[in-house]
Amino acid sequence: MDAQQRNDKAQADAAARPVIEARDLSLTFETGDGPVYALSHVDLSVNEGEFVSFIGPSGCGKTTLLRVIADLEHATSGTITVNGLTPEQARLARQYGYVFQAPALYPWRTVIKNVMLPLEIMGMGRAEREERARRNLDLVNLAGFDKKFPWQLSGGMQQRASIARALSFDPKLLLMDEPFGALDEIVRDKLNEQLLRLWDDTGKTVVFVTHSIPEAVFLSTKIVVMSPRPGRIIDIIPCDFPRDRTLDIRETPEFLAVAHRVREGLRAGHSYDD
Amino acid sequence: MTIDAALPSPPRRKRPSIFARIWAGQAGPVAVVCAAILGFWYVMCLPMNGDLPSMPPGGTLAERYAAAWALDRPVLPAPHQVLMELRTSTCGRLASEAAFPSAEFIGNFFSCEIRWTPRNLLFHAVVTVSSTLVGFGLGALLGIGLAVLIVHSVTLRKSLMPWIIASQTIPILAIAPIIIVVLANQGITGLLPKAIISAYLCFFPVAIGMVKGLNSPDVLSLDLMRTYNASRLETFLKLRLPAAVPFLFASLKVAIAISLVGAIVGELPSGATAGLGARMLSGSYYGQTVQIWAALFLAAFVAALMVALVGVIERGILKAMGARP
Repeated sequence: MDAQQRNDKAQADAAARPVIEARDLSLTFETGDGPVYALSHVDLSVNEGEFVSFIGPSGCGKTTLLRVIADLEHATSGTITVNGLTPEQARLARQYGYVFQAPALYPWRTVIKNVMLPLEIMGMGRAEREERARRNLDLVNLAGFDKKFPWQLSGGMQQRASIARALSFDPKLLLMDEPFGALDEIVRDKLNEQLLRLWDDTGKTVVFVTHSIPEAVFLSTKIVVMSPRPGRIIDIIPCDFPRDRTLDIRETPEFLAVAHRVREGLRAGHSYDD
Repeated sequence: MTIDAALPSPPRRKRPSIFARIWAGQAGPVAVVCAAILGFWYVMCLPMNGDLPSMPPGGTLAERYAAAWALDRPVLPAPHQVLMELRTSTCGRLASEAAFPSAEFIGNFFSCEIRWTPRNLLFHAVVTVSSTLVGFGLGALLGIGLAVLIVHSVTLRKSLMPWIIASQTIPILAIAPIIIVVLANQGITGLLPKAIISAYLCFFPVAIGMVKGLNSPDVLSLDLMRTYNASRLETFLKLRLPAAVPFLFASLKVAIAISLVGAIVGELPSGATAGLGARMLSGSYYGQTVQIWAALFLAAFVAALMVALVGVIERGILKAMGARP
């Protein structure tokens, strides 16, 4: 194998290097009312630089799947790797940033101190902590709000601060669990655009949980449609709009076609039944 | 013209009068309740004291009330007698015999020169407060320490919790003499035994409040620490402890008040000659009810002062921790 070939191969690997690989993953919760099959035989791979959305009704296991990736839950059977490591090893190596449904900012810390929290825990020096926190607050358009306490910020700003916190230690992988679910649609549209810019600029891999079809189609390069009881994957829909798309694409026939396919997938999974 | 200028400005509200503002605040309602209690107290002096041998026989109702409010050793002393006892026992006798409404009396009442002798009531208050504060410090530390252990170990929670609760079911009056005697046997007397009785009472609300506070962070906040691979110590210092601070202060306010109760109770069986408890006890030996009441009021005042002080510290710390004003 000569140098040129090796180089080509390296590039090809980088382009499709799997960040997350799940094989036959199942998770069963034992409850007083009998077992709950939260995940059932899930196969999934997420490649580097992708933006993958999990969509499905409540209880379909999309959050559980994200929590398994983050080592916040443990699969009952099957295998999963994150950057070639087990989820636990990946968590211990701090390889992902997690954004929760609620901002979960600590109320006794100012915005900048909240963003610096993971950096403190990693033992980073004061000057670098502050520099990184400021850079990431800039990135989410919160420059100038660093000295404010969380309650002085609107819901959307709080969630942006929590994204800055997840980005502060520069993880390659960003796990987001319905981060904009509690926000109104106008704020959500704006944050979706900002998130897309951020993903485009930083080249991170994003795994995003949502129950909004337009949000999933607008943001993703790949949509994973899930259905409940048991939680399983119904369809995986590629979605390759240009990386610098704007909200306008939501009126295009291509966009509506993908949205239609997502809806069909949800219907096939009986997501609309009671 | 801007849009702002086109909008009508809101009507300027009239500043409410000083009386309206006092009434709207706490001062007005508190004053009314105080006046009602004082009135009731004055009225009750005659039924309580009327049958004493020291009461002069016969007379009109007004004369009988005047007599009932001026007895040397009443069953129920009148409020002004307690106030005068507080004045004379802290600052000595008045300079002259001038009676109440005169300017001379008022001048005498407020010209106060404190002599620092063991007869001074303030001296007794300082004795009690010092063991209160030592006991409060010990009890708060013990309570916080127990809470930290309980939160971090299921075994300790199961083994310690029943004892902590059982400790408070024993009447303090029963256990206080035991503590005094046992410690005196070891050669420990004075402030420390009283402080230990205070600590015995006040560690409880601190422990319970701190357990609740340290467990107060929600699952999300704890999961966040997990994603950062934070150690237990870091999770404790950066999440559990700051989250527990408001709970801690709520407990400390209760604790400092009952710590004073503990110190006073600790003075009763120890044969102490100094302290508010000792004053109350000697007052009851010699039938000096006015002296008991004066000590009682000073104790209540000191307790209120200490609770208020904890409240001021609380406000300062919570403000620094970003609490909403």
